[in-house]
Amino acid sequence: MLEIKNLHVKLEEEEKQILKGVDLTVEAGKVHAIMGPNGSGKSTLSYVLSGRDGYEVTDGSASLAGDDILDMEPEERAAAGLFLAFQYPVEIPGVGNMTFLRTAVNAQRKARGQEEMSATEFLKVVRAKAKDLKIDADMLKRPVNVGFSGGEKKRNEILQMAMLEPRMCILDETDSGLDVDAMKLVAQGVNALRDEGRGFLVITHYQRLLDHIKPDVVHIMADGRIIKTGGPELALEVENNGYVDLLEGVAG
Amino acid sequence: MNNANPSPARAELSIPKTALITEGWSASARLRAADGVLQQGLPQPRDEYWKYTRPQSLTQTTTPSVNHLEEDNGELFADLDVLKLVFVDGIFDAAQSDVAEDESFDLEMLSDVKDVDIHWAGSLYGTLEAKGQTPVPRTLAQYNTAVAEQGILLHVKGEVQRPINLIYKRGTSAQSDALLHHTIKIDAGASVTVLETGPVGARANIVMEVDLGEGASLNHIRSLGRDAERLSVSHVFARLSSQSQLKSFSLTMNGALTRHETVVEINGDDAIAHVAGASVGDRGFHNDDTVFVTHDALRGESRQVFKKVLRNGATGVFQGKILVKDGAQKTDGYQISQALLLDEDSQFLAKPELEIYADDVACSHGSTSGAIDEDALFYLRARGVPHKTATNLLTLAFLAEAVEEIEDAHIAEILVTAIEGWLERRSG
Repeated sequence: MLEIKNLHVKLEEEEKQILKGVDLTVEAGKVHAIMGPNGSGKSTLSYVLSGRDGYEVTDGSASLAGDDILDMEPEERAAAGLFLAFQYPVEIPGVGNMTFLRTAVNAQRKARGQEEMSATEFLKVVRAKAKDLKIDADMLKRPVNVGFSGGEKKRNEILQMAMLEPRMCILDETDSGLDVDAMKLVAQGVNALRDEGRGFLVITHYQRLLDHIKPDVVHIMADGRIIKTGGPELALEVENNGYVDLLEGVAG
Repeated sequence: MNNANPSPARAELSIPKTALITEGWSASARLRAADGVLQQGLPQPRDEYWKYTRPQSLTQTTTPSVNHLEEDNGELFADLDVLKLVFVDGIFDAAQSDVAEDESFDLEMLSDVKDVDIHWAGSLYGTLEAKGQTPVPRTLAQYNTAVAEQGILLHVKGEVQRPINLIYKRGTSAQSDALLHHTIKIDAGASVTVLETGPVGARANIVMEVDLGEGASLNHIRSLGRDAERLSVSHVFARLSSQSQLKSFSLTMNGALTRHETVVEINGDDAIAHVAGASVGDRGFHNDDTVFVTHDALRGESRQVFKKVLRNGATGVFQGKILVKDGAQKTDGYQISQALLLDEDSQFLAKPELEIYADDVACSHGSTSGAIDEDALFYLRARGVPHKTATNLLTLAFLAEAVEEIEDAHIAEILVTAIEGWLERRSG
């Protein structure tokens, strides 16, 4: 589904190489997790894949279902089925959450040549999905993420994911700022979307999210590269011993 | 140096004595105003009050030719049940207008009764304008009082249900110079909604004087057309008695020069004045909102909320003042003016002022100008919203705080749709 080859990325405005040759393939139906210490390049990877400004790809490629995505605009990537759940969802005063969701859903449908969703159909679907995530009517009416708690913002991300039904979901430290109950709710939302046709890339510092969203493959990222790949047991190893042993293992 | 010929001065508007109406109920006001114009002179570029807006195109005798957009016919509120009063190039057109049959108000046209001896409007016409000449001269309004022959004389006696829609259409003249003077008296406890829509003329000079009795209420909404080259100056003078309420909202789209002055005097306790505006313009757009609110009573509340979206070299101006007189305790004054600059060529010039002589008041003011929030833009695009749509959404969101000042949801929706149309046409 998602194929990243030898991806090298530097910051646009300074000579700082952040990704130094990332190779990663996420198959449809699988959940891959990326763990790694601060500054290893995990979040940069998610931003570069989603098309944020400020980064320059100096080498390598990334494709979604065979299509090169690095030359696409952010909205084209989204319409192609890529979704990034933000680590820090943005507050947008003056834009209602519902307006935002409907605009996004219909913009993607339009871009894919599908019929737009009618207002009534949209309302029905969004209400049902919001209920599963314990998002009340008030949250849907309020401006996007404005005045939302940390947990509400993350649930709102998952609601967007559920509405947009992307093929490839990247979750950037979705567990940050969540208490245990909120994390369970978010994990349930993600698990409900697990599907044979859909890939997941879960970026996290800690193993605990992976207790709830069970990964098929775990990668360890350090200094702009993936240094180790394994099964779920790799996450437990990090949890027990930290990154130090792994990093030393590579250096040695 | 001594012999150098001065460059020929641009011919300025003047008031020939022979043209003045010297008899009837409005004669003394007209004479007083004409004298005022002579003494004070029309606005000049060196005047501090005209620091950001050059007045010459408003004060010169010749009116430029202004192209008219045919689809902009002033029927913005066609879907609302309104009383239509149509002016074509500033001249009342009875044939296109509705007949007012309502016991809650008396309505006459200035053009019909300007020559009669006695009229209720005699005690109001020109008086608020005259008061508004201090501390700052507003001689374009004075000029208007002296010569105006068109406009409404509205005496509101009860709750008027249907909004009164002044529809200003363009006629056949490319250089129409429209001059209107509306006189509105609202009795104690009475209320009315007045809508002003349409392009008015190539050039327009509109004065509205409003006297609000105790507990009276005026809801005033206007959107004066979309002709890109149009010139307009307007003055709203309002006097508020105790517990009365004024809500005035202006949507300004396009225009080579639009100067809207609102002069509010809060004379009675517990009165409320909200003056707000949203503006969108590009290229040669120059829009100036100048507001002067005087608190001269207890517990008055005033709000000034102005938002301007500027692109491709457009200029936005805001001059807003809150004057709290000695003794106007517990005044609550708020003022915000903000510009969204969609590129680096546009500019926003703001002069917010507070002048406070009472010691127990809460007044605040703020002014900002900035660009589209890049984080918000990326967030929207990452969800699949195209760049153009995302920018328009964020632009509307920026204007929302001003639009929210409009109480009537249906009217607000119509104006938002008009703004959406403008954005849609501009982003390509």
